[in-house]
Amino acid sequence: MTRRETSAELFERFRSNLTIRTLLKAIQREIKPLNRSLRIMEVCGTHTMTLHRSGLKPLLRETGVEMVSGPGCPVCITPDFYHEAIIDLVTSRRNIVVATFGDMTRVPTRKGSLQTTVPAAGSEIKIVYSPEEAQELARNRPDSEVIFFGAGFETTIPAIAFTVRQAASEGLKNFSLLGALWLIPPAIEAILQSGEVTIDGFIYPGHVSAIIGQQAYEFVAEKYGLPGAIAGFEPADILLGLLSVVRQIRQGQPTVANEYRRVVTFNGNQKARQLMAEMFEPFEATWRGLGPIKNSGLRLKKEWQSFEAREKFRLRFEAGRPHPAGCRCGEVLKGLIDPVECPLFARSCHPDHPLGPCMVSYEGACLIEYKYSSGAKRK
Amino acid sequence: MCLAVPGKIISIEPNGTGKVDYMGTTVVANLSLLPEAKVGDWVIVHAGFAISRLDRQEARRTLRLFKQLEKLNSSD
Amino acid sequence: MKQISLEIGSGGRLMQEFIRDKIVRVFNNRYLKPLHDAAFLPEGLALTTDSYTVDPIFFPGGDIGSLCVNGTVNDLVVSGARPEFLSLALIIEEGIDMPDLEKILLSIKKAATRSGVKIVTGDTKVVPRGQADRIYINTAGVGRLISRPQPERINPGDKIIVTGPVGEHGLAIMLARNNFRMSSKVRSDCAPLTFLLPLWKKGALWMRDITRGGLATVLSELADRLKHPLLVEEEKIPLSRAIRGAVEILGIDPLYLACEGRALIVAGEKEAAQILKYLKKNPASRQAAIIGEVQDRIGRPGEALLRTRSGGLRLLEPLTSELLPRIC
Repeated sequence: MTRRETSAELFERFRSNLTIRTLLKAIQREIKPLNRSLRIMEVCGTHTMTLHRSGLKPLLRETGVEMVSGPGCPVCITPDFYHEAIIDLVTSRRNIVVATFGDMTRVPTRKGSLQTTVPAAGSEIKIVYSPEEAQELARNRPDSEVIFFGAGFETTIPAIAFTVRQAASEGLKNFSLLGALWLIPPAIEAILQSGEVTIDGFIYPGHVSAIIGQQAYEFVAEKYGLPGAIAGFEPADILLGLLSVVRQIRQGQPTVANEYRRVVTFNGNQKARQLMAEMFEPFEATWRGLGPIKNSGLRLKKEWQSFEAREKFRLRFEAGRPHPAGCRCGEVLKGLIDPVECPLFARSCHPDHPLGPCMVSYEGACLIEYKYSSGAKRK
Repeated sequence: MCLAVPGKIISIEPNGTGKVDYMGTTVVANLSLLPEAKVGDWVIVHAGFAISRLDRQEARRTLRLFKQLEKLNSSD
Repeated sequence: MKQISLEIGSGGRLMQEFIRDKIVRVFNNRYLKPLHDAAFLPEGLALTTDSYTVDPIFFPGGDIGSLCVNGTVNDLVVSGARPEFLSLALIIEEGIDMPDLEKILLSIKKAATRSGVKIVTGDTKVVPRGQADRIYINTAGVGRLISRPQPERINPGDKIIVTGPVGEHGLAIMLARNNFRMSSKVRSDCAPLTFLLPLWKKGALWMRDITRGGLATVLSELADRLKHPLLVEEEKIPLSRAIRGAVEILGIDPLYLACEGRALIVAGEKEAAQILKYLKKNPASRQAAIIGEVQDRIGRPGEALLRTRSGGLRLLEPLTSELLPRIC
């Protein structure tokens, strides 16, 4: 890499046809002695996206690797009752501003979506790209109550932690958080414990790992004897991760490989982890599809309760039946079925009219399958 | 959604934000989670915050690995 | 659906359905039915109309004034007609600043002069504050046919040409809304395509300006009309450096971003080479490229496929409702 080389040129090589062919061939060579095909789970919506968008999925299938999508989309795994509680609030109270990421506004529930909802007078729903934008709204609108409704994994949680702490130090009283904050390692463990899905190994998320580090997945190799690799988001990154996983299987030596060393370290981002620990505590959170999982969600600690929207507005979370009947997002999220196996997929459920969250989010397995997969052309 | 491509810090403001360049398009990112970041670093930005520095040495190592695999393939 | 949603206007599948079920079925006649960018009238005339509601009304690289002329002019050009006359209807919100309005009118004049069209009739309405967003403009255009698009003559082996880097208008508008703490050099490509007119005599079989829904949607709609699938190479699609950076940051697919000064052209292999040579000489299309061809080996009829940089194949679906509305 010369001094003049830009990141553009760097990522070109991670996408180039030659690199991809090289890596596929190497994977093929490793897989041959196994005499069987492998099922590998990716637990990151951006990985799912890369696999489809680059057309890698069918190429991998030919090579003997079946990729299964796990719970890698925070919007998708957030149960309806979060949305329903915030919809109740914004339709019944004046001067409420709900600030949230774009995907979140389109999730359909029994009470409609934030996008179709008609807020009470003086209340509104705002799309933001960063929790700091929500905080800015609170500063600029002292007469409104601004609630940041944020869904995210470890990648996003430190940013939210920072924002709440900042609000506290500024004495910002009209800002609060409705967090749907999820932790990846407990979800992986829940999938392994349930024993419902057969998988041969994992591709671990790239930027979640940038925060929590390589150490976070050691239990998968040690306790469950399954191989895995952390991978970046370019097509070549994912293949590099897969090459490592296949090698681990062939050599019978499961471990946690880090194939995204240019970004991920063993311990992750210490500062971010400290901040998360300072602001949040783990609790048994309920995931769509996976159900309640011990220590899998984060909520604000007692000392920050004045920023907890759930407390501040006495939000009622009512777990109900999945909406609508027939939607199999839950099974898609567990990797039990492919999106195309859901009876609603591409029939009554499509991106213009999503029935479940997996068809809403850019990271949702159903939307990605619908948009990019040539095998399922629908007319 | 994760942003795969690193950007380059081109300036740092006293308030802890930095201007990050992606081939001529720049974003303002909060650098608080990456206190060691300095101008010229390549960083990964997520939800408005820089979360990780790109280790160029490691990137180069990966590219070299691709080259080695290419050779291995052509000697098949 | 009981109420109209924004998605109906997004240029995607829902809009196609709406036009088919609620417009064509009701007004059915032989001029409307082909649903070209312009209607082909008797005596070799072509007629088209378009309404402009872009937000913001001023953006890097253009404004609603240049847009409302170029958009309508381009619809005529890609229909094989030389644009001659335009109508101009303004719907103005009470309270808009006069200098802003004057600036827009000046843009309209400049754009009309550049394309050689005359504005020959019009209308002005002012509505109470809040009943429109600053200004909406409708233009209709009449042109004289110099050729006819011939999609029925498109065959396997024919080449697909794009006249320049894609996605600039869509991105410039998104960024002008100032949501992203981003700044960029990306400017709208808003420009007249009148320089493409000679290509109708150089063997162009079909043209389409790449507007809402971007390159992917145009390709997918073309594939729908043809007996053969289309295949384009991701590597060959021209993208400016600034666009490549910005779409990475925003996580959007540049193939779905609108243009306002680019077209897709289909021509036979030999003619395509000639056409490309001609385009490369013109400053407005210096980065034109052959990006793919009509297939008889890969894919199924009705499909538009993309060969990705990684060597995989993926289907190009028309735009669904995800991108932001009101880009034109």
